[in-house]
Amino acid sequence: MRTSAAAPVAAAAPQQEGVLSRLAAGNTLPIVIVVAAIVVAWYGFAVYLNMPWQLGVYERSGTTWTFADLVRDTLAQERPVLPSPHQVFAEMWRTTVEVAPTSRRSLLYHAWVTLSSTLLGFALGTLLGILLAVFIVHNRAMDKSVMPWVVASQTIPILAIAPMIIVVLNAVGLTGLLPKALISTYLSFFPVVVGMVKGLRSPEPIQLDLMRTYSASAAQTFWKLRWPSAMPYLFTSLKVAVAISLVGAIVGELPTGAVAGLGARLLAGSYYGQTVQIWSALFMAAALAAILVAVIGAGHRMVLKRMGMAQ
Amino acid sequence: MTNPFILALLFWIAAWALNEWLVRLSPRPAAMRRLIDVLVPLVFGVAVLAMWEGVVRGFAIPSVLLPPPSMIWARIVNSVPILWADFRQTFLKAVLIGYVLGCGAGFLVAILIDRSPFLQRGLLPLGNFVSALPIIGIAPIMVMWFGFDWPSKAAVVIIMTFFPMLVNTVQGLAASSAIDRDLMRTYAAGYWQTLFKLRLPAAAPFIFNALKINSTLALIGAIVAEFFGTPIVGMGFRISTEVGRMNVDMVWAEIAVAALAGSVFYGVVALAERAVTFWHPSVRGG
Repeated sequence: MRTSAAAPVAAAAPQQEGVLSRLAAGNTLPIVIVVAAIVVAWYGFAVYLNMPWQLGVYERSGTTWTFADLVRDTLAQERPVLPSPHQVFAEMWRTTVEVAPTSRRSLLYHAWVTLSSTLLGFALGTLLGILLAVFIVHNRAMDKSVMPWVVASQTIPILAIAPMIIVVLNAVGLTGLLPKALISTYLSFFPVVVGMVKGLRSPEPIQLDLMRTYSASAAQTFWKLRWPSAMPYLFTSLKVAVAISLVGAIVGELPTGAVAGLGARLLAGSYYGQTVQIWSALFMAAALAAILVAVIGAGHRMVLKRMGMAQ
Repeated sequence: MTNPFILALLFWIAAWALNEWLVRLSPRPAAMRRLIDVLVPLVFGVAVLAMWEGVVRGFAIPSVLLPPPSMIWARIVNSVPILWADFRQTFLKAVLIGYVLGCGAGFLVAILIDRSPFLQRGLLPLGNFVSALPIIGIAPIMVMWFGFDWPSKAAVVIIMTFFPMLVNTVQGLAASSAIDRDLMRTYAAGYWQTLFKLRLPAAAPFIFNALKINSTLALIGAIVAEFFGTPIVGMGFRISTEVGRMNVDMVWAEIAVAALAGSVFYGVVALAERAVTFWHPSVRGG
C-alpha cells in the first residue's frame, strides 16, 4: 500500500524542480505538517479550555473584552487548564538555561536524577536479561519452566508494585538511587530476555550443524555464531527496554514523597495545580526518551555496519 | 525443629530434578506432551512459592517487609468484598471502557488515514515516537481535567492504548501482498470490499498484537493514574494507602488480583486471536 502509493510521487519528482517535491516524497514534509496541525489544534484547545475561567475574571472586574483580548489572556494565564506551547517552552527555557543546573529549581537537575536511575536500572536489567537468556537457551528444563513465567509476567502490571518495592527497600536501608533503579531493572529485563532468547535461537540448523562439523565447543558456538546473530534482536529489545526503564524511573519517583526527579516534579505540580510545571516535566521526559532511543539506534546501526549486516 | 528454609531448599531441588526428568521424557501421544508443557511451569511456580515461604519463615523476615504467600492468601480470602469493589472500580470501569474506546479510536483513525499516504507518512513516525514516550506522565493532567473518579483513569488508558493500535493497524493494512490485491482488482472489487475481505483479515495478526500490548498497558495506566488522586476505592488507591499504613499483605493481595486480572485479560485476547487468525502459520504451528 505505502510503496505503491509512494512510487508515482517519487517517479514524478525529478521532473519538477527541486527541494519541495523531494521533501514531499520523503517523511519530512508530512511530519512537519502534522506537527504544525497539532500545534494549531493545541492553541485552539488552550483558548477553548481556559475560556470559562477567563470569562469569569472579565465578569467580576466588569471589563468589556474583544475576541483578541480573550485569546491573548487565555494564552497567558498563571494556572491554565491547558497551557499554551509557548508558555511551556518559556518555562522550560527558564528552568534549564536561566537557573544553575545544580539548583533544585532547575529542570536539568531533576532530569539528571531521573536519567541516572534510568541508566543504572537499564544496565542492570540488560545484564540480567542477557544472562537469563543464555541459561534459557542452554538448559531445556530452564526453558520449559522459566519461559512461560517470563511471558506471563509481561501481562502483570508490574509498575503497580513500584511504590511497594520502594517502601520495602527503604525499610531494609536501601535509599536513594538503587530502589528506583531496581524498578527500571525489573521492567527492562523482560524485553531483553524475550528478544535475546529469540536472537540466540535465530541461527539456522544448517549453521549449527556446520559448527558441529568444525567440532566447535559450546562456548565457541556461542561466541562465534549465536552471539553475533543475536545482535539485531538485542538492539531492538534495548530500544523497548530503555523506554520502559524511563517510565519505571518516573513512576518510582511518584510515591513516598521523593523530592527530586521528573516524577516528583509531576506529583508536586499536580498537588499545587502548576500545570505549566507538569507539562514542562512531561516535555523533558519526552526529550529524554527520544535521546535515549536515538543513542541506542545509533549504536544499533554502528554495530550492524561493523558486522557487515547493515541493509 | 527443622529450619523451614532447609525444607524449602530440598523441595526446590526435588522440583528441579522432577522438571529435568519431565523435559527429557518425550511421550508419543500429543496429549501427554501438552500435559508436560503445562506441568513443568506449574511445578516451577509451586517451587518458587515454597522457596518464598521457606525463606521468609527460615530467616524470620518481618512480614512488614515481605509477607509469606500463606499470609497473602489468608488476606485475599478474608477481604474479598474490598478486593471486589476495587476490582470493579479500576478494572470493570476504567480499564475496560478506556481499552475499548482507545483501541476503537486507534483502529478507526488508521482506517481513515489509510486512503491518504501523505497522512500515513506524517502520522506513522509520530505514532512510533509517541509509543516510546512515558505517556503515563499525563495522568496528573487527566485527573485535573476529568476529576477524581474513573473517567480520568479511562482517559489515561485511552491515550496509552491509542498509539500502539494506530501504528499496528496501519502496518497491518499494508501487509497484504501486491498479488492478492491484484487478484481483488481482477474481481472488480471496490475499496471497501477489498478492505473487508482481504486487507482487514490480513491485518488481523497486527491488530491482535496491539490488543495484547494494550491489555497490559491499560491496567498499568489505570493503576498508576490512581496514585494521583481517586475516590476512596480502586486498586491503585488501595496499594498506595496500604503501603502508607504498612499493611503489606493487603498490598500483595491487591497485586495478586491485578496479576490475575492482567493474565486473564491477556489470555482472553490471545484466545480470540487463535479463533480469528486460525489461518496464520504461528497459530497452525507450521
